[in-house]
This record gives sequence, structure tokens and C-alpha cells, in this order.
Amino acid sequence: MAPVPTERDLRLDLFRGLALWLIFLDHIPSNLVSWVTIRNYGFSDATEIFVFISGYTAAFVYGRAMAVSGFIIAAARVLKRAWQIYVAHVFLFAIYLAEISYVSHSFDNPLYSEEMGVLNFLNNPDVTIIQALLLKFKPVNMDVLPLYIVLLLWFAPILWLLLRSPTLALLVSAAIYTMSWMFEWNLPAYPSGDWAFNPLAWQLLFVFGAWCALGGAARLARWTKSRVVVALAFCYLAFAFGIAMTWYFPALGAYVPKFIGEAIYPIDKTNLDVLRILHFLSLAVITVWLVPPDWPALKSPACWPAIVCGRHSLEIFCLGVFLSFAGHFVFTEVSNRVFMHVVVSVSGIAIMVGAGAMISWYRRVERQGSGPRPPATKPGYAGSET
Amino acid sequence: MKGRLIFLLALPVVAGFGQIVSGPMGPAWAQPLTECDVPNRQNEIDFPLPQVSRAIAAKHLNVLVLGAGSSQLPGPSGAKNAYPARLQQALAAKLPGVDVKVATDVKPTRTALEMVKTLKPSLADAKPALMIWQTATVDAMQAVDPDQFSHALDKGIKIARSAGADVILINPQYSPRTESMIALATYVENLRWVALQHEVPLFDRFNLMKAWADLGTFDLYSATKKLDMAERVHGCLGGLLADLVLEASKASVPNTESGREPGK
Repeated sequence: MAPVPTERDLRLDLFRGLALWLIFLDHIPSNLVSWVTIRNYGFSDATEIFVFISGYTAAFVYGRAMAVSGFIIAAARVLKRAWQIYVAHVFLFAIYLAEISYVSHSFDNPLYSEEMGVLNFLNNPDVTIIQALLLKFKPVNMDVLPLYIVLLLWFAPILWLLLRSPTLALLVSAAIYTMSWMFEWNLPAYPSGDWAFNPLAWQLLFVFGAWCALGGAARLARWTKSRVVVALAFCYLAFAFGIAMTWYFPALGAYVPKFIGEAIYPIDKTNLDVLRILHFLSLAVITVWLVPPDWPALKSPACWPAIVCGRHSLEIFCLGVFLSFAGHFVFTEVSNRVFMHVVVSVSGIAIMVGAGAMISWYRRVERQGSGPRPPATKPGYAGSET
Repeated sequence: MKGRLIFLLALPVVAGFGQIVSGPMGPAWAQPLTECDVPNRQNEIDFPLPQVSRAIAAKHLNVLVLGAGSSQLPGPSGAKNAYPARLQQALAAKLPGVDVKVATDVKPTRTALEMVKTLKPSLADAKPALMIWQTATVDAMQAVDPDQFSHALDKGIKIARSAGADVILINPQYSPRTESMIALATYVENLRWVALQHEVPLFDRFNLMKAWADLGTFDLYSATKKLDMAERVHGCLGGLLADLVLEASKASVPNTESGREPGK
């Protein structure tokens, strides 16, 4: 049986918190502040970080549950978590409906008669809302939670396998990834097309995160700490950075040989392109190299805001999606100046931090208020988050 | 040296007032800036348009605009004021002595694939030297599979070329109000990539309109039923599109002169 780590790695909360901030910034359309986010400087973006760390923490929490309480209990808890995320997704959809209904009533411009057609789905809510509940109709930027739900739905069996034969589990995951590319497998979406984040491809990163949590990271340490690997990671990041620059300065494109362009484009986000995985792995290698688990700054006030967000990732993620709707609303209704972009971005992150701190406080109070805990609740599991 | 530098710096200012600087000065930076042009439009891709060069040399230029809802304006005078008609005006004004005809195959809510399906008869009717293809918005709204979208573009470009027409692609409008509801990015990117692969000029309407919104040229946020702003936007699009057509057709002039003369 694979060893299960005992102490929560603060780096996970830190980087998941940062990823949540980046996702928030990227989700506000045309946000000038989103120039700071990593998707502009390479192939991968905050989604990879979020999915990987979610897999890692899911294995960390439910792996122990499975080791201690058995498969049935752990599987039930995983499914309960999937249900919570489903409810959160439906709640966000309700907010989206409110926004879109408002826009459809208040906005009219003959220049955009075609674009306004996107509001037509309000004309047949009987179909659209059911499709949304079936996770087939997903409005813009509401793709991550459905992905997370599907990943959790089949997580219990893969976790069972991970605990027994980690290598085999990883191979199964890689095989599914490969087959989804070979046979173009994906889940169907409404009104047409497929899921924007193909769960059959993205599960690889989730399972890889889980594999790392269950001893894989320790096994890889010999490699990730080697200078050659770190140097390769730096080279790859530099290459991706160079390519990314040609997106903004097309004149630089002349320096990119044609065969490279033909080999790398299009970089497929839906099916988690290999170039994106490599970019994420390079970032991870360099991060692990720069930030050791016992890095003193992790306990400093400077890291606290991101950590407190990363610790309550589901709540803060949903809040971030809502805030990005609201931010776009401010841009259209109040002001679209640069100053407003900065104000919206900074106050959005401040609200996320405030909410994270409040949830932590509330959990603490609740725990104290309920007096001495019944023995059935094991200390490590109460209130633990994936 | 210094004088030349000041001259260069002064150019955009002068051109901004839409006076002094006129066409035949040669280098690209000396092109007349239309009043709604945007400085440093860097995303436009120029590739030569040999068929257009030939058609201009033969004094007879047919253009077909293939598009969906954002290539038209509502109302009785919509057709007259939408960018295809404005393109015809601008081209006719800039090409004296050339007979310019712009035909349209425009219907709202059509995906790229739907347009390709009826493309052959439209090309047969219009016999264009240039097909201007506005697409991607409806594909994004219906979340068509991005690969399928790219394949439809490939197919349309091949059909147009085998019918003897050059192609220019136009990407979606920048629409700030619906930005959080239509995920354009993938489609804009795929369109750009297909344009590069096929060496087709791209009229980057999306970034152009975004620059207008940033510079305050047009208030694209405004809610109104009136057509005046939409008409001015289409006027600008038509004018700038004509600039792109002429620029790209000039890029292939040396070729035509050195051996590939029209009609030979």
C-alpha cells in the first residue's frame, strides 16, 4: 500500500489560491489586468494548476479515508463532494441567467443584432435549463466545475487502484488520454459540439496529481531535483515564452521556422495538448525547485491571502466566477477605463480573500461551538477540503 | 536626418486630419489613414491577391461578400449602408476607371459550414476575383466544434480558389456587452491560423473595433435602437476593407509585371 502523507503541504493551498485569482482575472472579458496572468506568457494557464492540485488534495483527503475506513465510506464521501460541486454549479447558472436576462431587456443595438441572438435561448427555457442541469449546456467560463464533477465521479475506483498499484493507475489514465485523442472521444454538449474541457483528456492531470500525492512526488524527487531536468524546464519555458510573444508581436513570427509553427499549432486546450502538459510540468519542476515545502515564507503574512483562498477552493472558485460576471457588468454599466479595471481586479481579489478568511473563521467557531467532538470524527478529516 | 524624423513623426498627425498626405507616396506608412483608422494595427495579415491585381489591370473587379448577420444592417436603407455597399463605394472611388461590383451572399445566423454548403452557386453567379468571407460569430454562439469550424474554412477557401477567386477573411465584431456570453477566443484564433496557413489576408475586425472602443472612436456599449452609429461603423469597415484590398493587390503587382501579365 502506498504511503499516505500526514501533513498538509501549504504550497498546495498557496498555488491553488494564486490559480483561483488568475482564473478570476482571466474570466473578466477584456480585463487589462489579466495581462499579468500566466496564460499570456506560455502554453498552459491557471486551469492546469487548479486541476492538478485538486487531484493532489483529493487523493490526500480521500486516500486516507479509504485507507482507514475502506472503499465504500471513501467513495460515498467523494460522491458527496461531487454533489456539492453540482449544486454550486447550478447556483452559478442561476446567477448567469439573472445577468443574461437583464442584458436582454436593457440592451439593444442594431450593430449587434447577430450577437444578441445568443440571448435567444431565453425563448425556450424548457430545453435550455434542462440541458444545463444535465451539464450539457454550459455558458462561457462555466466549464471547470462540470469537469471537476466528472473527474470526481470516477475518482473512487481510480483511487482504489492508485492505493494498490500507483503505476498501473497512472498507465490506465494515460491510456484513456491517448485513446481520447486517437478516437476523438469527448462528452457531447448542447446546442452542438463537445465539452470545452474534455474530461477524458483532463483526467490525466487530475490522476497525475493524485499519483504525486500518494508517493509519486517522492519517487520523482530524484528527477525533479536534477539540474538537467530543471535546465530543460527552463529551456521549455523560454521556448513557450518566445512563441507566446509572437501572438502579440506578429513581426516576431518571421523568426519562427514554418515547420515549428506547423508542428505546434493549434495548441488544443479542449483536449489538454501535450504542449500544455509539458508547460505545466516545467512550471511545476521550477516551482518545486524554488519553493521547498518548509519554506519559511509559507507561514508569513505575505502568503496568507492566497493560502486562505486556496484552502476553501470550491467556495472561492464560485465566488470568483460570480465576481467576474459582476466585474464585466461594472465595465459595461459604470466605466471601462483602465482605472476601473484595476479597481475591479484588486477589489475582486480582496473580496475573495475576505471570504476565505470568513469561512476559516466560521469553521473554527463551529468546531469550538460544538464542544468536544464525538470520537467518530477523526481529527484529520473534519472540515477537510479537496 | 533630424528633419526627416520630425517629418515621420508628424505624418500620423497630418493624416489624422485627413488632408495633405495622399496615396501615391509609395511606402506603406504613407498610405492615407481613413478617419477611423487606428495607429499600429499590427495584427492584420497581408498576403498578395493576384486575381485582384489582374482584375484591376483588366479594369473589371467583381467582389463577393459572403457573410452572416454582422455583414448587414436592418431597415429599408440597410443594404445601402452596410459595409459591402460602402466597400464598393470606396473601391470605386480609389480605382477610377475600374468597373467595381460587390455582390453579397449574406444571411444571418449561418455557421461557416452552412455558408460553404451554398457557396458554389453564389460563386457561379458573382464570378468574383475576390471573395470576402465574414464568419466565426455564429460558430462561437452555437459552440460548433472548433476543428469542424477550421475544416469548413479550409473547404470554403479551396472552393473559392478553384473558382478563380482570392479570399479575404473577416473575423467577428468586438461586442463588449455580449463578451461574457459568447466565447469567441478559440474561433478568432482558429480563423487567424487558417488565414496564415492558406496565406489569406485577414481583416482583423475584432481588434480594430476593440481599438475603437478603447480610443473612444465609437461607443460600442451604447444601448440604442438608432442606426446612426451602426452606419458609421459600417462606413469605416467598408473604407478600411478597401484599403486592405488595394494594399494586398499592390503587393502582388511586381509579380504581375514580371511575366504573369493578365490575359497571357
